[in-house]
Amino acid sequence: MFSLEGLTNMIQGWLNSHFNPTIALLIQCAIVVLLAITLFAVLGLVLVLMERKVAAHIQIRLGPNRVGPGGMLQTVADTIKLIMKEGLTPDLADKFLFNLAPFLVMIVAMLLLAPIAFAKNFQIWDINIGVLYISAVSSLSVIGILMAGWASNNKYSLLGAMRSGAQIVSYELSAGLAVLTVVVLTGSLQLSDIITSQQDGWWLFKGHIPVIIAFVIFIIAVTAETNRAPFDLAEAESELTAGFHTEYSGMKFALFFLAEYINIFIVCSIGATLFLGGWMPLHIGHWDAFNHLMDYIPSSVWFMGKTFFLIFLIMWFRWTFPRLRVDQLLNLEWKYLLPISLFNILLVTVVAIMGWHF
Amino acid sequence: MFLKDYIKEVTGGVVSLLKGMRKTGYYFFHPKEIITEQYPDNRATLKLADRFRGEVVMTHDENNEHACTGCTACELACPNGTIKVVTKFDITPEGKKKKAVDTFIYHLELCTMCNLCIQACPTDAIKMAQTFEHSVYDRSQLTKQLNKPGSKIREGIE
Repeated sequence: MFSLEGLTNMIQGWLNSHFNPTIALLIQCAIVVLLAITLFAVLGLVLVLMERKVAAHIQIRLGPNRVGPGGMLQTVADTIKLIMKEGLTPDLADKFLFNLAPFLVMIVAMLLLAPIAFAKNFQIWDINIGVLYISAVSSLSVIGILMAGWASNNKYSLLGAMRSGAQIVSYELSAGLAVLTVVVLTGSLQLSDIITSQQDGWWLFKGHIPVIIAFVIFIIAVTAETNRAPFDLAEAESELTAGFHTEYSGMKFALFFLAEYINIFIVCSIGATLFLGGWMPLHIGHWDAFNHLMDYIPSSVWFMGKTFFLIFLIMWFRWTFPRLRVDQLLNLEWKYLLPISLFNILLVTVVAIMGWHF
Repeated sequence: MFLKDYIKEVTGGVVSLLKGMRKTGYYFFHPKEIITEQYPDNRATLKLADRFRGEVVMTHDENNEHACTGCTACELACPNGTIKVVTKFDITPEGKKKKAVDTFIYHLELCTMCNLCIQACPTDAIKMAQTFEHSVYDRSQLTKQLNKPGSKIREGIE
């Protein structure tokens, strides 16, 4: 059976037998960096194409279908176009911060990749406070956006950045509380522990209605945190002409664009890990034959399948729901999501203490 | 009481959002609903909307006869002088003079496809065609004569 665990063990064994431990570690770091960058590039191309195709089919259109077979190379062509473009910096902009901002946003996205388990025992860094790390680092991306908006010396950019600040700070709360429900049930912040605890069933099914509510709140909150429609007030094409990245062009714009899609992938993979069992195959109670059959599907396929299902769900939201106004956005968080998730976490705590979950 | 309204509001919102998702999900999983026309490739099988208006034409039957009496109602109805009807007087077999159309001039370059001339026509002599590939290199080619040469009015049209 195909497994990434065997591959990593083989590489580690080979490196340790040929080099001394320090150099082997350095080489391993280099391989990880290379893999992360490759993953980012591939994800950027795939997700943008997926978004355009999903959007087209939801709006009864065909979508890109001219470049390559079925339009598969459309995003490659777009990337080449963006590389060729001039990276303009406005005259009165704060040049250092302006050029730093897109890289900061990308670095935050890269840092978030560390604790995610892509397959069985295939994880960059199995940190014991993984969930805390994720919620701490993911809120840093707002600094990059604020930096971009402030440094652009453009009132639309600044407005977009301010909105983004208000939005991310408020939605972080309910996202955090939704994540906490699973932590309460598991009793651990380590992502590998959380995945192991879902061996006999995913939390979405084991945890009754409270976890389903938490899952819905999590999806809404992370859609808001990634600044996507229906919560795209930071970008606001119609009012703010793309908000915080109005002044960006060429590859610097592409980095913001890429970071948006990478963030979607990351939040969806976290959602898949917490609620849908990460790489854990679908196991139903005592159906041993069925469970064995599910075990034959590689864990990486399970992880990617779940993540892409959630990504599809978020794209479905984007192309269905109307956009919110800024006051409606804050109403939704402070009057609806936050009280509901506070009540919900109380409920989950009772469930966990009484042991009512499966 | 407040709590009841609150819960009602939340469930109502969720239900209405799910209704929207059901519709778009239906479209996503039913590619047959796609209405995109891949235009230059499918010229032969192009399907246009029934009410699409491309240009004004005068219908002629197989005997090269049309239904235009030369009443100039269309010319009066046109808001921007697109139509110019030049009339003449035919002599009927009884020896009476009768007004008839000589040349029906249509300026496609001025036309806004508003359909007012078609509504004004008392005998349904003109209609909107669905052709739309009107580009030419010289704009004088856009001034058209709609009644075919040698055509005459159909019997019984007053």
